[in-house]
Amino acid sequence: MRLENADAPLAPEVATPPVRAAAVRPHAVRATAVRTVGLLTLVGVACLLPFELSDYRTFQFTQVFIYAIALLGLNMLTGYNGQISLGHGAFYGIGAYTTAIMIDRWGVPYGWTIPAAGLVCLLAGFLFGIPALRLEGLYLALATFALALAVPQILKHFDAWTGGSQGIVLSKPSPPAGLPLSPDRWLYFLSLGLLLLLLLLAWNLLRGRTGRALVAIRDNPIAAEAMGVNAALYKSLAFGVSAAYTGIAGALGGLAIAFVAPDTFNVFLSITFLVGIVVGGLASIAGAVFGALFIQFVPNWAQAISKAAPWAIYGVFLIGFMYVMPRGIAGALRLLGRRLARATGSRPG
Amino acid sequence: MRYTKLVFAGALTLALGGPVVRARAAEPGVTATEVKIGNTNPYSGPASSYGTIGKAIAAYFRMVNDEGGVNGRKINFVSLDDGYSPPKTVEMVRQLVEQEQVLFLFQTLGTPTNTAIWKYLNDQRVPHLFVATGATKWGDPRGHPWTMGWQPTYQAEGHIYAEYILKHLPNAKIGILYQNDDYGKDYLKGFRDGLGPDGQKMIVSEQTYEVTDPTVDSQIVNLKESGADVFFNITIPKFAAQAIRRAADIGWKPTHFLNNVSASIGGVLKPAGLEASRGVLTAHYLKDPDDPDWRTDPGMKAWQAWMHRYYPEGSLHELFNVYGYTVAQNLVHVLRQCGPELSRANVMRQAASIKDLSLPLLLPGVKINTSPTDFYPIEQEQLARFDGERWVRFGPLFDASRHPSM
Repeated sequence: MRLENADAPLAPEVATPPVRAAAVRPHAVRATAVRTVGLLTLVGVACLLPFELSDYRTFQFTQVFIYAIALLGLNMLTGYNGQISLGHGAFYGIGAYTTAIMIDRWGVPYGWTIPAAGLVCLLAGFLFGIPALRLEGLYLALATFALALAVPQILKHFDAWTGGSQGIVLSKPSPPAGLPLSPDRWLYFLSLGLLLLLLLLAWNLLRGRTGRALVAIRDNPIAAEAMGVNAALYKSLAFGVSAAYTGIAGALGGLAIAFVAPDTFNVFLSITFLVGIVVGGLASIAGAVFGALFIQFVPNWAQAISKAAPWAIYGVFLIGFMYVMPRGIAGALRLLGRRLARATGSRPG
Repeated sequence: MRYTKLVFAGALTLALGGPVVRARAAEPGVTATEVKIGNTNPYSGPASSYGTIGKAIAAYFRMVNDEGGVNGRKINFVSLDDGYSPPKTVEMVRQLVEQEQVLFLFQTLGTPTNTAIWKYLNDQRVPHLFVATGATKWGDPRGHPWTMGWQPTYQAEGHIYAEYILKHLPNAKIGILYQNDDYGKDYLKGFRDGLGPDGQKMIVSEQTYEVTDPTVDSQIVNLKESGADVFFNITIPKFAAQAIRRAADIGWKPTHFLNNVSASIGGVLKPAGLEASRGVLTAHYLKDPDDPDWRTDPGMKAWQAWMHRYYPEGSLHELFNVYGYTVAQNLVHVLRQCGPELSRANVMRQAASIKDLSLPLLLPGVKINTSPTDFYPIEQEQLARFDGERWVRFGPLFDASRHPSM
């Protein structure tokens, strides 16, 4: 009942295609063209940005891209598939440590460690997803919470590999020979490139059959199974892919900071990711980027406003955002776009 | 290997080309009227109880500024919250160095957090002074010529106990309990080095625990059964209290050395039982504001007056506020010594040439000494015995600086 009510405001717009579809079609093509141009412009701006900004700001935006990859992963699981995870900081940590151990102990070139971190986390996520199948909602949240609690201690336990609580110091990756970029700018482009690639992959995955299956499981698991969706497979796959995304982000994060330590990947990081996807917009690909901007910059603004109580200010920001944009930033923008389209569409001619 | 080479290459470049390049550029963070200093502290998060150190330092600089500053320049102390999270520390420190353009970093707090910015600051040749951690690795003038610790290191303290044992308990049978991580091993190394190859034969049992263990009861029983009559207790407060209590319960009465990390009366000895704690030994280097010996001490009185005036919200029983006050005084001394030439290179040079500096709240006789090859400012401590009520200092000051590895 509750769910139906919650979705009610959106339902009419989605459910009235027959008449509007024909009328809107050229409009939709134009909208797609506008969106493509807009996207390309954004990418262009992003490519020019590091040449205008200081190294420090470049580094901050690199972190935004890294967080965006992690949020994209979590959003697939929580936003699209409805499985709440309070433990994605753990996968981020596993990714970071995979990279750090491969570079520090085995001397593997850093480029190889990023896909390796993704694979390790894919496996870890898939395996964790299997027992998680039996748990739903808050119970799954608790199980993933346990994962977030356990990982820092497990990392400390295997100190022969992980360096214990002192962590592992890495060197900042240098750009490939011949590229006239500073290490900060190189990391920026590496993260941006990976983000775009992973965005594209996520978009491909989510807009088709798989995406529909994931959303169907979220909205009504029984109906989804009745229609032949293999819920168990899709749910553990969602867990695996989601963890792989977050693991890749962790690998990049480890490289960007050039240091990993177990207590970095604590419960608070997991909660921060959850805040990111909710503020950015659940079940929205663009939402991951908005969420990443929020978790990167708002704590700093909060500190700039009040040194005495930065987290209180952060809380005010958070409540403000949720009150003004209950569907996250992406949801608010979508709503705004729709209103604009309706306003221009209703004009004669 | 590659890393070492890199650092050496860096140091070489610095030695050959560094000063020439530096001399031409205007030094960041310095104007005719101001010097800008950066800091990170955990004002939020799991380690926020340390945050009072940053506040005390800021309060001390306010007093210095009210009195006209240092060499005519006011201190602009920019202290940011890193929540004890290394990635946040990296971000904040880059902000301080690249945006705020501070002259140097001072008293950044925490071992993992400082490890994260260690290489960056040395690459950038920004002084990373008097870091707030007891790990031994900060005194590495060859590999990291821009980083310096301040407080006595864990190894230095372990060394002091070893020295005492060699002198006063030559027939000791030593049992050790230590936390199985870097902190525990740092203490253990200093202790073993202090005993020397012959002295190490006195160790009859070494027990470890994980920070996740519920108790250390069985380890204490093992130590008793090993026949040890001297106990070096390298544990954090929770386990220190357990160890003291358990030893008393099973009737084991060794000469008990307790690391300074757990020397809190309220946090450790009271929960363990004041009677059971009687006779425990530890090492100190600062004047404890609760010690009645200092009731009429002018240094302590000046501290109290400063606390009332500049940091009234801080606690008068908090040793961290003594610590912050004293380390800030040390920095002001370095800045004075720099004279008019306030450059990064000169700040580092002066920090590495402190001669016999005594500060009002260091224990009498404790002197701060540094040199281009000695990046360990405080290396003297005095032993104290718990008399059932308070720590009673006794004996001479011990000096760990004479040991070659220090």
